[in-house]
Amino acid sequence: MSNIRWKIITILVVFVVFAALGVYPLVAARYGIHSPGFLMDKQLKLGLDLKGGVHLVLRVETDDALKGETDIEMERLREELQNRKITVANVSAISPTQFRVDGVPPAQDAEFRQAATEVQTNFDRGSNVNGSYTFTMKPNIAINLRDEAVVQARQTIERRVNELGVTEPSIAQQGNDQILVQLPGVTEVEKAKSIIGSPGKLELKIVEGGPSATKEALLVNGQVPDGMEIVPGASGTPGDTGTVYYMVKRAAAVTGRALRTARPSLDQNNLPAVSFTLNTEGGRRFGKVSSENIGRQLAIILDGRVQSSPVLQGKITTDGQIFGSFTQEETQNLSLILRSGSLPARMTYLEERTIGPSLGADSIRSGVISSIVGLLLVVSFMLIYYKLSGVNAVVALIFNLIILLGLMAYIGAVMTLPGIAGFVLTMGIGVDSNVLIFERIKEELEAQRGVRASINAGFSRVFWTLVDTHVSAGISCAFLFQFGTGPIRGFAVTLFIGLLSNLFTSIFVSKTLFEMALSNRQQVATLSI
Amino acid sequence: MHIFKHTNIDFLRWRVHALVVSWAIIIAGIAALASKGIPRGVEFAGGTVVIEQFDQVPSVQQVRAALDRNYPGGGQYSVVQSYGDPAQRQLMIRVPQVGGESGSSLSGVADQVEDALRKGGLGNFHRQGTEIVGPTVGRELTSKALLATGLSLFGILLYLAFRFQFSFGVGAVVATIHDLLITLAFLSFFRYDLTLNVIAAILTMTGYSTNDTIVIFDRIRENMRSMRRDSLRDIINASVNQTLSRTVITSGTALLTALALFFFGGEVLHGFAFTMVVGIITGTYSSVFIAAAIVSFWRGSAPTRAAAHAPATTATAPQQPQRKTTKPQRKARAS
Repeated sequence: MSNIRWKIITILVVFVVFAALGVYPLVAARYGIHSPGFLMDKQLKLGLDLKGGVHLVLRVETDDALKGETDIEMERLREELQNRKITVANVSAISPTQFRVDGVPPAQDAEFRQAATEVQTNFDRGSNVNGSYTFTMKPNIAINLRDEAVVQARQTIERRVNELGVTEPSIAQQGNDQILVQLPGVTEVEKAKSIIGSPGKLELKIVEGGPSATKEALLVNGQVPDGMEIVPGASGTPGDTGTVYYMVKRAAAVTGRALRTARPSLDQNNLPAVSFTLNTEGGRRFGKVSSENIGRQLAIILDGRVQSSPVLQGKITTDGQIFGSFTQEETQNLSLILRSGSLPARMTYLEERTIGPSLGADSIRSGVISSIVGLLLVVSFMLIYYKLSGVNAVVALIFNLIILLGLMAYIGAVMTLPGIAGFVLTMGIGVDSNVLIFERIKEELEAQRGVRASINAGFSRVFWTLVDTHVSAGISCAFLFQFGTGPIRGFAVTLFIGLLSNLFTSIFVSKTLFEMALSNRQQVATLSI
Repeated sequence: MHIFKHTNIDFLRWRVHALVVSWAIIIAGIAALASKGIPRGVEFAGGTVVIEQFDQVPSVQQVRAALDRNYPGGGQYSVVQSYGDPAQRQLMIRVPQVGGESGSSLSGVADQVEDALRKGGLGNFHRQGTEIVGPTVGRELTSKALLATGLSLFGILLYLAFRFQFSFGVGAVVATIHDLLITLAFLSFFRYDLTLNVIAAILTMTGYSTNDTIVIFDRIRENMRSMRRDSLRDIINASVNQTLSRTVITSGTALLTALALFFFGGEVLHGFAFTMVVGIITGTYSSVFIAAAIVSFWRGSAPTRAAAHAPATTATAPQQPQRKTTKPQRKARAS
């Protein structure tokens, strides 16, 4: 019967392929057998909960990005109004996406509208209420800005993690504004977190007032002058840890975006510092600003805090240095952060999980033990209850597990602890299909039909039942996958693949085994079931 | 070998009793939920969990006392448990607070806890793991979990309504909701934390418990064709009896593996395995006693002549050729 031969060949090929993909690399890695790289690359990956490492969930505060955009637009409108000699009482932000202009002179109302229309393409202008206008960011612009901020943040974190040299990190967006960072094998949680979450915003601004011990001393007529802002910082005097305040222009002469590179170095007193190089465009602007302001102080502001405020001695173009009271490690981290670019918004940590390597090893051990115990229980039950046909079910079950491992390795799925649970459950639930078929065959045998006919009837009658049960289990798997993160997804994937391979083994493999057993015999009177 | 040979149990006779028992458990469960609630795991409640390995394991009271004296929040709302194998000398300490959400660090609380332990003179210990979850995460998770459960039930309802009939879909979904409620009741009785893993087990269980139901429904559909002269009640009873050994065997093997997980799967999977064990038992019970009973309630116990031609003919087409040949035996045995 060549039909059977082909079925057996198909089964053997499937077996060899999946065993090579799923089982062999694990065994080879365990016992240090040298193997070709293409096989080892596909080795089933362990999740963080088994391997140990850090799992972080951060939220990107996308409001920050909107606020920044609103600030820029306010500034542009203010400049335009100055150019056109329109004097308004006040321009102020009222929410991340809204700002208000008060006291527009009635005589210049038309001109104001014209100026606003020219400058404000991203904002919708409300109507005039007693000389006040409210500008609201267009909804699609706001959505784009939020999305961009999340994407940028993810890319920045990716660069930082890559610079940290973590192997096989995983950085993924989750939901609208969350970023999931998984760092296998990392134990220095605090360092990783401070590098990932640090804004890394570098600004160079000319000092217009200060330093002064209090904010109030810098105010002009009780308020901050237009276009200026007050920034806290270290006094710079050695040994003084107090905070002083500087008044600087709101608009930065040069920002971190113009950075080409940054590296740890030493300052003139041989203390750790960070040297940076600007790109050509940034160098030209910095050259212009520095030559115009010789003798004045330049504030080097990192994440809203003045790090140092050296006096400009001459024209500086592309090279500069950030010094202050840094340790050597801090300068290394800071260089890394500056090189990878700034985050577009603040980051909030929502969740943090660290799994020490020994906890992971414990989990693997208990996972393996419960798998073996589960397998032994199921196998012995099937053999006792179904005798020789039980062998058939056991072969199908082992096939099922091998295909499951192989497919998971092939698609790059991750084995987690709940995934192992899925693996164990697949054994228990997977034999269901065999039980269903066998019980049906028994019924048919009792009805005094021949062995061959009973087997055929058993398989074909149960086929659609199997489809129905597998589809409905698949539906709950799909929602489980969509609901879960990390380990739970691993579980859902394991279960789902288990369902697929179970359909194959319980119907195709198991039936072929029966056919094989029967093909050598002409007259079959009994079946061991 | 047979577990059940030609049983002829009148399952539908027990349907009222079954409903009473189920309702009793569910109501007790709701009462327990209302009074004590289900303890929410750290993923849902937010908070900080630290797992420490000690050179000399202190008692739970000692840890609590150390927290009371030295931890800013006090030990009042903390949970202290031994973690994993006692030979590992590990304790899990959970406090409700988390560090400031913003900024670079959530783990300040973990450090404070360790500080308190150190000042309490509890000997040497090493941090094995931490889990810190901010308060917003739990809220999101809860709504996502409810949504996922609801959607998956709805998906199963749709699929069964398409493959069988609407009443069957209702029967399966009511049985599954029944299983959900019973499982929650048991989680509340036995004070298991509601964690992500437990939710995963609950969702798996919804898929699993419909499995048994589908197998029985499939047989009912088949018998509706071969037993046209019998009442729906007889058909349902015959179908449940015919599939009884399969139902018991499969639940048995599934239960064996769930028990293997419960006893050997380690600390993390304990709640998961418990939920599966309860889910498998109630799932089996509900497919035998509840699901089909709902179908018979829904359609009344009228003879099925009118209903028999209703099953979706397209879906069952592949089975038809075989069916003709066995019809007489099937009927004779079932009645």
